Amino acid sequence: MRAQMGATLQDLMDTDPRLAIVLADISHGYFERAAAAYPERVIKVGIMEQTAVSLAAGFAIEGFIPVVHSITPFIVERPFEQIKDDFCYQRLGGNIISTGASYDYGTDGMTHYGMGDVPILRTLPGMEVVVPGTAGEFDALFREAYADGAPTYFRLAERQNLTDRAVRFGRLEVVRRGSAATIVAVGPMLDRVLEAVANLDVTVLYCTTVAPFDGEALRAETLAGDRAVVVVEPYYEGTLVPEIVAALRPDPVRIEAIGVPRRVLTRYGSADEHDADLGLSAAGIRRRIEDFLAEG
Amino acid sequence: MALASGDEKHDPSAHSTLDILWVLYDRILRYDPRDPRSEDRDRFLMSKGHGPLALFAILADKGFFPAEEMARFETWEGILGGHPDRHRVPGIEVSTGSLGHGFPMAVGVALALRAKGSDRRVFVLIGDGEANEGSVWETALLAGSLELPHLTAILVDNASSTRPLGDIGAKFAAFGWSARTVDGRDHEALYEALSAPDSERPTIVVAGIRE
Repeated sequence: MRAQMGATLQDLMDTDPRLAIVLADISHGYFERAAAAYPERVIKVGIMEQTAVSLAAGFAIEGFIPVVHSITPFIVERPFEQIKDDFCYQRLGGNIISTGASYDYGTDGMTHYGMGDVPILRTLPGMEVVVPGTAGEFDALFREAYADGAPTYFRLAERQNLTDRAVRFGRLEVVRRGSAATIVAVGPMLDRVLEAVANLDVTVLYCTTVAPFDGEALRAETLAGDRAVVVVEPYYEGTLVPEIVAALRPDPVRIEAIGVPRRVLTRYGSADEHDADLGLSAAGIRRRIEDFLAEG
Repeated sequence: MALASGDEKHDPSAHSTLDILWVLYDRILRYDPRDPRSEDRDRFLMSKGHGPLALFAILADKGFFPAEEMARFETWEGILGGHPDRHRVPGIEVSTGSLGHGFPMAVGVALALRAKGSDRRVFVLIGDGEANEGSVWETALLAGSLELPHLTAILVDNASSTRPLGDIGAKFAAFGWSARTVDGRDHEALYEALSAPDSERPTIVVAGIRE
């Protein structure tokens, strides 16, 4: 996805003079040509993420469309107040692209993990949150949303689904229909979810825009079947539960929230090893869904 | 300013900037109060956000909004709050209040104007208390290494910082800024410092307030 980010932004820099890129010593290699061609619109600030976000907001005030990029905890959690005050409260448009989703850098320890990015960004008024499942989907979703006048967060992951889907910003996609439950799979979780529910009679909805959440589509698909929803998220578990409850209100709904548990992770390994440990492999997800269906 | 009440705890903060802001708005900045977002304006960002009464009073005096608005300061009906809001108050460039945000935003504005080919100047007001924030020094390091002659920072030093800051101008100069230190009540000294920026580097004017 990171290479796609470089390619997509390079292409847009050539065609949209409003675009400006602010980098904080991460991914410089993907922007070499853009930096050489447009030195006044590609700013390498150094390792100062608070300044990077505020500076990008300064570009936005002047009518540019800024893109700020770094590793997840450093570009979301460290400058959270800058995102809140300088973009959301000022009502300025811009884009934040992170790299290293949850424990993608699984041997680097908790300081380099980012499971809390989507939950905290969901607290901000006007903030859009996009979780593409493939590089191609990042390209499509970025082109659709980058200039929409709102602050938009794009969460890039090292692991992705095998095939691109025809995703649209702000929309849930129906992958398959069934009657026992509705499974909402977010971004890169889709392939694992499809493997987990291979022979189960469930609806699968694919979510690549977490905010604004497509409650209308969820309601239409869920109320047609059993009112049971399983949401499978690649960040802290349960983040989308309030949106699901709100979408189905006043109808009752049973919910199972599968995602990364809020736990300090102290082991080093691949992202797949972390998944297995946390019950987020396809087999682990299947067990959770089977238990949930049995409870109903 | 006498019309407004309700923010007495920030009185020192409001009064320390009055002379600086008057010189800026009366003699330095180019603006049209009837068209406050004109592309041709110079930009002024009040980074410190605290104690904006002096700025509000001068904006009212210069015709950005009616002076009667000062009597509705910090009321439900008014547009003037305890910190400036760019969506409510004509002439306010950025909504500030949390310290250490407007300074890096001003660098972004200056870079954006450079990218547009604009020669308009960007002024940003920082407080010495605000200069406790790490983001101020991130930005001092960054901007000092950029060619931004149209950026001028004004640091009002009324000894409000809990930690002694020492020679602030020397600190910025060490990062590559052109630094001047003047009496923050001396209009001629302020005018001279603010109207003669460096031709290549960003400029900082440390305005001392000692009463």
